[in-house]
Amino acid sequence: MRGLLALVLGLGVSLASAAPAVHEYMLDNGLKLIVKEDHRSPVMVSQVWYKVGSSYEHDGITGVSHVLEHMMFKGTKAHPAGEFSRIISENGGRENAFTSQDYTAYFQTMEKNRVKTSFELEADRMRNLTLPEDEFLKEVRVVMEERRMRTEDNPQSLTWEQFNATAYISSPYRIPVIGWMDDLESMRIEDLRDWYRQWYAPNNATVVVAGDVDPDEVLRLARRYFGPLKPSEIRPVKPRREVTQLGIKRLQVKAPAELPYLMMGYKAPVVLTADKAKDWEPYALEVLAGVLDGGSGARLASELVRGKAIAASAGASYDAHDRMQSLFLLSGTPSRGHSVRELEAALREQLEKLKQQPVGEQELDRVKAQIRAQKVYEQDSVFYQAMQIGVLESIGLGWREADNYHRQIQAVTPQQVMAVAKKYLLDDHLTVAELVPQPIDPEHPPRRGGGSHVR
Amino acid sequence: MQKFFTLALAAILTVLTSAAQALPDIKSWQTAKGAKVLFVAAPELPMVDVRLVFDAGSSRDGDQPGVAKLTSALLDQGAGGLSADEIARGLEQRGAELGGGSRRDMAWISLRSLVDPDLLEPSLELFGKVLAKPDFPAEDFAREQKRMLIGLQYEKQKPAAIAKKTFYRELYGSHPYASHPAGTEDSVKALGVADLRSFYQHYYVARNATVVIVGSLDESQARKIAARLADSLPEGQRPPPLPPVAELEKASEVFTEHPSSQSHVLMGQPGLRRKDPDYFPLYVGNHILGGSGLVSRISEEIREKRGLAYSAYSYFIPMKEKGPYQLGFQTRNDQRDEALQVLRETLSGFIGSGPTDKELAAAKSNIVSGFPLRVSSNSKISEYLAVIGFYDLPLDYLNTFTTHVEAVTVEQIRDAWKRRIHPDKMVTVIVGGGEAGSSSP
Repeated sequence: MRGLLALVLGLGVSLASAAPAVHEYMLDNGLKLIVKEDHRSPVMVSQVWYKVGSSYEHDGITGVSHVLEHMMFKGTKAHPAGEFSRIISENGGRENAFTSQDYTAYFQTMEKNRVKTSFELEADRMRNLTLPEDEFLKEVRVVMEERRMRTEDNPQSLTWEQFNATAYISSPYRIPVIGWMDDLESMRIEDLRDWYRQWYAPNNATVVVAGDVDPDEVLRLARRYFGPLKPSEIRPVKPRREVTQLGIKRLQVKAPAELPYLMMGYKAPVVLTADKAKDWEPYALEVLAGVLDGGSGARLASELVRGKAIAASAGASYDAHDRMQSLFLLSGTPSRGHSVRELEAALREQLEKLKQQPVGEQELDRVKAQIRAQKVYEQDSVFYQAMQIGVLESIGLGWREADNYHRQIQAVTPQQVMAVAKKYLLDDHLTVAELVPQPIDPEHPPRRGGGSHVR
Repeated sequence: MQKFFTLALAAILTVLTSAAQALPDIKSWQTAKGAKVLFVAAPELPMVDVRLVFDAGSSRDGDQPGVAKLTSALLDQGAGGLSADEIARGLEQRGAELGGGSRRDMAWISLRSLVDPDLLEPSLELFGKVLAKPDFPAEDFAREQKRMLIGLQYEKQKPAAIAKKTFYRELYGSHPYASHPAGTEDSVKALGVADLRSFYQHYYVARNATVVIVGSLDESQARKIAARLADSLPEGQRPPPLPPVAELEKASEVFTEHPSSQSHVLMGQPGLRRKDPDYFPLYVGNHILGGSGLVSRISEEIREKRGLAYSAYSYFIPMKEKGPYQLGFQTRNDQRDEALQVLRETLSGFIGSGPTDKELAAAKSNIVSGFPLRVSSNSKISEYLAVIGFYDLPLDYLNTFTTHVEAVTVEQIRDAWKRRIHPDKMVTVIVGGGEAGSSSP
């Protein structure tokens, strides 16, 4: 449709200036459907979001949301194991799923006329998963391999996992999404059946479709396939708020590695937990992260990677759109000839500066200009557009927050950035982790086996 | 399965029509100094992507491994008298994004900007400096050189990265593709500013450039931008073709001990050129064998049936000369031999009897029906244009892609795999714990 569309509507009409239409529906069984039209290309993405993830889990069953995500491909009565993926594949679709702390989501990207195929299969597995034990026993081994690959053998991921489990005490954000190995080893099919019964229901799901679709037709299909599903009684998850941190925490992680690595995290509010009278604070923290790490011209790259050249890499990040209180994060690797201690001091000096002096107007404008441009660039991906809606719905903020976010960011002042730096970037609320490299094994240089190599 | 079969056929019919509509209309021309330009007008969003691609990847490193990559990294670290800070901030204050990098075949530099002239104009001005007037300041050079050394050190703690580096070395012997794009500790230390300047002057020239533009511009605007950028470079010339890749003569296995709980295994041989006559039979065949995610044979055998790995796959990386054909997985050390045996049996089984009719129909259905997804965003179209331009593929490459896929037969796949893929002469690279061992073919 590229090109053709502009011709029909008359050249010179800027389509982007009219925000793409978003349609929101609620089925009688409590399933929410959101459709975002984007007619640039004859494709669509269909995503099903469940309000469940590792922050809904408790000790002993950690990783169960993620293992269940894997098991969602292991069949129903109507579509036995493997058939889901086969049908999507034969329809030219790309599919996958992902689990986070706050949600579990499934998606298919397909040619625009295949919403029906997606809905039929997704509706079926929302309520009718068979969860056979033999499939589970194989699949949990796959997940253990995934854990080995992502975490056990990756010293920075390992540091991140231990850092997280130290930073939080009572908050379930302590729990790694993939689960502790010991919990995976003792997981049973009953754990998955319970978890599935507890959370997989139309009234705990949001279906998001973005792309070249007709909203009325999508609604009709949703009613047909998801409409007949019975709702469940969803018991609200307990608040499990993080207790107040009463002093700095430090940890070391010793693992085979070549390079040291530093992580620092300050407890910080998010939009959902912010003081209503100070609802600008999370947005000021977003801007603060941008001042430090919004591109190569931002302070960390300019002053620590270049400038003093203390860091080989340095970053800052913060996400205002978590479900629960979260962390403002700094991380980095010192450059050769510099220590982790020096890097930590340099990062703290940066934070001190933000507490003492207001950010310059020009610097602030630069951060805002980037976020404004990003709003246009992200429309280049239907997947991203749907994902943004899914995340905001799943954490309970609602998709309209996407526009609110931009308004709030543009309104942030230098004084507000300074205020949140002073209020939240405090030693007493800080956790610091250091990866201390252990020898990778200098005694065993590469050696050959099985015949020499001849060309 | 009868049901799927009809479904698949119907799918092909419907999609052929819509795929035709979705195809980007590519305009192509040469600039005065001989750079090739590919342009697609995408008026829907007020943004533009501009990318220049050069035959200036690590395959041009010669006896200075790492020089292509370090040259690419230095471009925006000082240009036209402006500092790295001034360049970065100048772009960021207009919301523009600068990108770049280099691999074995190509090096590229890209700009994404809004099309509002007040933003685009100054962004293009800065981009032009980075492209045509890099200063290679001594201090920035020294720093980036150190960062590249840290990057090499970082790779040593990642078994997947060690495996990949070893795999290319073993596969390509004395061919330029053997060398690691990031070089070695010694080769990077030996580089100086003069080496980068010389590399830059040699390869970042108009005749060696492909310019890709996708965005909300008309053709005359695109022509101006392409000329302004490419023709600010000296005309220069294209480098000579790379030597062909020699076939492997016998199987080999390299084991690198690493204190990881998993072994990373890569197996393969030189595979496909971009303009290879066997491209489609090998591509479609591999889709069935290991290239289509969870539904491919390799994933079915290693992951779905046996739970041995999170990821098990095979793919071709088509390059100017034969890029790798690579099969791989990662698994707990004590399961490595079992998984490797399954991988080898699956491969030889496929070469022995080829795909079934049903498998081929399913693969075609996936590729053809899914075709619109390949060109559904400006980013993806830019990627394709870069490939089409850089590898001199015909401009109707996308238009004829599904037709070529449809035409592939079971016999062609069988024939191409027997002729081209040789499990008895493959390299096997293992990085992990435990002893090297009983896994030799």
